[in-house]
Amino acid sequence: MLSSSVSSLRLVFILLGALVLLFIVAPLAGMFLETSPVSIFETAREAEVRNSIWLTICTSLAATAFFSVAAIPLAYLLARRQFRFKKVVTGIIDLPVVIPHSAAGIALLGFVSRNSVVGRLGSSIGLDFVGHPAGIAVAMAFVSLPYLINSARDGFAGVPVRLEKAALSLGASPFRVFRTISLPLAWRNIVSGLILMFARGMSEFGAVIVIAYHPIITPVLIYERFGSFGLKYARPVSVVFILICLALFIALRWLTKEKEEKSDGVTG
Amino acid sequence: MLEVEKISKVYGNFSLNEVSFTVGKGDYFILLGESGAGKSLVLETIAGLILPDAGSIRLNGQEITRVRIQQRGIGMVFQDHAVFPHLTVGGNLAYSLHSTRLNRENRRAKVLAVASELGIAGLLDRHPATLSGGEMQRVALGRALVQEPAILLLDEPLSSLDAKLRTDLRRLLRRIHRSGRTILHVTHDYTEALSLGTRIAVIHKGTIIQEGIPGEVFNHPKSEFVAHFIGARNFFPARLDTAGPLTHAILANGIKFRILSNLDTGEGYVMIRPEDVLVSAASVQTSATNSFPATIVDVVRYAGGMELTLDAGFEVQALVTPESYQNMQLTIGNECWIHFKASAIQFIPE
Repeated sequence: MLSSSVSSLRLVFILLGALVLLFIVAPLAGMFLETSPVSIFETAREAEVRNSIWLTICTSLAATAFFSVAAIPLAYLLARRQFRFKKVVTGIIDLPVVIPHSAAGIALLGFVSRNSVVGRLGSSIGLDFVGHPAGIAVAMAFVSLPYLINSARDGFAGVPVRLEKAALSLGASPFRVFRTISLPLAWRNIVSGLILMFARGMSEFGAVIVIAYHPIITPVLIYERFGSFGLKYARPVSVVFILICLALFIALRWLTKEKEEKSDGVTG
Repeated sequence: MLEVEKISKVYGNFSLNEVSFTVGKGDYFILLGESGAGKSLVLETIAGLILPDAGSIRLNGQEITRVRIQQRGIGMVFQDHAVFPHLTVGGNLAYSLHSTRLNRENRRAKVLAVASELGIAGLLDRHPATLSGGEMQRVALGRALVQEPAILLLDEPLSSLDAKLRTDLRRLLRRIHRSGRTILHVTHDYTEALSLGTRIAVIHKGTIIQEGIPGEVFNHPKSEFVAHFIGARNFFPARLDTAGPLTHAILANGIKFRILSNLDTGEGYVMIRPEDVLVSAASVQTSATNSFPATIVDVVRYAGGMELTLDAGFEVQALVTPESYQNMQLTIGNECWIHFKASAIQFIPE
């Protein structure tokens, strides 16, 4: 009796789960099916499309690399230290996830525009954020930083404090402990956070379009083609972009998985 | 030499209260206490992992109370070994050497020397995940020894091991100590204290309540807590003799106890709990194989009973109920017999 009710519950859960999966897969599959291989091929050869994809990957990569230098130490602080207003800080970090990204773009535009402090500082070294890849990277970083920080924080929190203490007692400086103990042991989560941040940055549209319509990144290009030429012309670009994103992330996951297995070291 | 002087620390609702003791050069000092007595806190303070609120710590004459952890030159072995899981055994052992100016060759030689001493030279390329508990503990010990610390702090190093490994590791610790190293070892196990320590301090609720050489602490507990906690009043240096068909423990004065033990012949201590010593007015036949005539030399009222001290050629304590004490007229000066079973005697190898 009990086991039959358990198994029927499981059946209901499986059915509900399948519906959710279908909801995610169906629109994507539909788009792929309705796009002819020829149009995909031709789109992939267009210079504008290629440039935009290249730009998207590079800016997101740059944003991730640049901001991780400060975001990873911040994650470590959040995992290790107790301080006043820690809850507030945690809330601030999650802000970019909850606010509309167009609003984030507007806020950022005011922050980096030519008459702002940051904007003037940038102009003085010849860097103009608005309409520049640097501006795109800033927008991407703003909306994607929480993913890296939260993931890295979880990673650091999972490193036993004892191991760090042991390393200190062996004469290592705090920086060496961070570099040789905390960082490698939290690496799995950090990498996963980096990949998430990179992915989230690449897919950003709302904040980027406010700061820099041009140079054009692929999400903006898709929107532009849809607005100017309609669904049929927006589809191939979307398909090409999605394929490249997928290939990239599968490759990244695969690469880091290899590394993890090596460092887990079941060498016998 | 490590001098801990009046260390105090409030930690939540627990506090260390003016903890003082001195570990002489070459001592094997045991800090004995229940879990939660503050033992680990004392170790962490000495290691520099936490700062005391008051008091001072001196190592070889140098004030180190506020010196940074990494500059203290103290080796610490943590309770659950804290071996770095992402480094090989060799990487773990060599960890402290990166802060030194040794070249590669010298580092290797040093690691190899310690690894051979601990019997883990064959494991240098292994990852910790593939090691047994005993091997892990050796790696942790080795890692602390490589830096040639002025003192080695051990936090319950044997508690996670099974009986067989514990015996092996005790032997190893004794060897490490004999090679001239100063050790401060924290434990809740009085048998460990007996078999390893050259000096013992008992800590209770953040206060050191007795300190001395093992014989002193075990034979003359200064408080009921110590007596109860160490639970080892009847303890005698003895030699385990397994040569004959029956195993005996022979005291220094030649008195023989019949004993059950699967250990090999060797020196150590025997211990009989006072509640296992049976007292009778006359010689009677019992299943207890050890019977001796005795004279009552002292009687102390004890929580829940009477504690007799008897002279049977060796001084032994027995617990009896107030009724038995009354009925059998067990007053000072009277003669009686004591009995204890072979299985009631515990032998602790040295």
